[in-house]
Amino acid sequence: MKFLTKNKLMPFLVPILAVLFSLIIAALVILMIGKNPFSAYAKLIEGAFVGKFAWADNITKMTSLLLTGLAVGFGFRAGVFNIGAEGQMAVGGMMAVIVGINMGNVPAILAIPITMMAGILGGAVWASIAGFLKAKTGAHEVITTIMLNWVAYHLSNYLVSSPLAVGDGVPKSPEIARSAQLPPLLTVGAASVPSGIIIALIAAVVVYIILEKTTTGYEIKAVGYNPYAAEYGGISISKNIVLTMAISGGLAGLAGAMEVMCVYHRVFGAFTGGRGFDGITVALIGQNHPLGMIFSSFLISSLRSGAGDMQTAGIPEDIVVLIQGIIIFFVAADRIIKTIINKTSDKIAAKKGGEQV
Amino acid sequence: MTWVEAIFTALSSPLFYKLTIMSALPLIFAAIGGVFSEKTGVTNIALEGIMKLGAFTSIAFVFITGNVWIGLMMGLFSGLILAFLHAYVSIEWKANQIVSATALILIAEGLVGFLMIPIFGQEGQTDFVEKLPLIRIEFLQKIPFLGEIIGEITIFFYIAVAVIIASWFIIYKTPLGLRMRAVGENPRAADTLGINVKAIRYFGVLMSGLFAALGGIYIALGDLGQFQEEMPAGRGFIALAAMILGNWSPIGAMWAALLFGAAEALNIQLQAILDLPSEIQALLNLLPFILTIVVVAGFVGKTRSPAASGKPYEKE
Repeated sequence: MKFLTKNKLMPFLVPILAVLFSLIIAALVILMIGKNPFSAYAKLIEGAFVGKFAWADNITKMTSLLLTGLAVGFGFRAGVFNIGAEGQMAVGGMMAVIVGINMGNVPAILAIPITMMAGILGGAVWASIAGFLKAKTGAHEVITTIMLNWVAYHLSNYLVSSPLAVGDGVPKSPEIARSAQLPPLLTVGAASVPSGIIIALIAAVVVYIILEKTTTGYEIKAVGYNPYAAEYGGISISKNIVLTMAISGGLAGLAGAMEVMCVYHRVFGAFTGGRGFDGITVALIGQNHPLGMIFSSFLISSLRSGAGDMQTAGIPEDIVVLIQGIIIFFVAADRIIKTIINKTSDKIAAKKGGEQV
Repeated sequence: MTWVEAIFTALSSPLFYKLTIMSALPLIFAAIGGVFSEKTGVTNIALEGIMKLGAFTSIAFVFITGNVWIGLMMGLFSGLILAFLHAYVSIEWKANQIVSATALILIAEGLVGFLMIPIFGQEGQTDFVEKLPLIRIEFLQKIPFLGEIIGEITIFFYIAVAVIIASWFIIYKTPLGLRMRAVGENPRAADTLGINVKAIRYFGVLMSGLFAALGGIYIALGDLGQFQEEMPAGRGFIALAAMILGNWSPIGAMWAALLFGAAEALNIQLQAILDLPSEIQALLNLLPFILTIVVVAGFVGKTRSPAASGKPYEKE
């Protein structure tokens, strides 16, 4: 069984075990407040997978999670921790609205790509601020992107409470023009699956191609792997950090644009709903690989859409945040899990050896 | 009233200086916590999460027991636990410290959100509870101007003075502090000299948990007498900026925290004096965050972090 540790299974085993451990620990926490973890998880599965509304909600959430996951994961590959996908998504959404509301006389064939590009550019520019500051002054991107999250949050509150405010009740922007809205992929009764999921999957393929098949991707990975060696080899660290942040932010901005063009058709305060932070979990479980992130974004979207049903059963939704935190903790401390795997496979090997004698 | 007049009015009132101190207090505690951790070579960006958990735990225990001191103690204890998790995986398992700390921020957020209803029966914010007492000193009160600032002030002001002096003394004047700095600059050399690198690093990270929790407790139990779910609203990260601007020294961190506190106080004062429309107020709220970005971008490289900060140490 020693082959378990040596072969290619390890990258899969670590995140899978991290998820399992976190679900077990979360079950203990649920037990602590006097609820039954089994019925809680049953509710979660029901909320995520049973019925067409559950699937529609799940796929809708997966769309933005895959995009923010790609954003964070792309940064990780270059050794940049973009913790600001939340803010970049917000700016992307705001830009999509600002452009989208003015698309009234533009045919959909132009309005849709233009609105989408506005979102991508918004996120890219927002993230580039942090990339530029890191490249020029060495300011740590974790602090700058977190601060930019807050700035984006207050800006979007400002935007929907004054210059773009419409209607009564919750401060919100007007709807974007019909021609800028993406039609749903399929509609079953009142439940509809947004076509954004196709765009998110295409984005995953594009990210894969950039990382694996282009010189740019090679340079970005080289900087992430060993910046000093990369620079010695003639690769500019500064240029690649700014470029990485721009691409990363563009993906997060696209997540915001998709949310606007497919789901809400407008923005309101905090419409990003923590998807940017969830992207960190998506990237870490998916091991920063576009294919892996397709699976991990589905996992997190299932947790997220099942959480609503759990809430109605008296288990606060925030358990999902806790689960994500524990998953990330174990991914950070992956050596713990690797040690457990190695010891277990050694034991199994010893047992087998014993039987043979 | 023009902006210039308003700023002048604000700066000449004792209330501005009092607000500056009160806004700076949580940053002072958390930033000094960050100093302790980084001095020994472990980056701890989880200050935000530790502050949140500390604030929540302290209010929860006051709510349950009715005793503010038990609240204070349990809040500090919660900070120690969270910091211990960070220390354990960073020191023993060479975890990526940024990722591990991010995990702890989410764990704190998830746990707090999860426990709001079971403990308080409501979301968003808790009811008001008793606060930690104010300290009134008669002779200070008689001093004009200064008396209005610190004549009657939260007990955390005096705790902060003690923490600043004690941490300066520990880090720069004791054998322990010398070891901390040695471990943070060159763990291999320190190890060769017989210093227990792991133990020193545990000490540094645990102190960061204690002080960051104290900062969170001040916001909840010292200032407001209530826990709100959005606490500490980014102050954990602003404290990291204060640590950098303060060049990784307790005294420097204090001055940097006071600068951020002054920006916050000016924001509060201007909103009160100028009677601004709500959208301008929303924009003024951006100031502390933009100031943080400017500070981090402007001073990194001009100040110097401990050489081994953030790098796991592996014995050969």
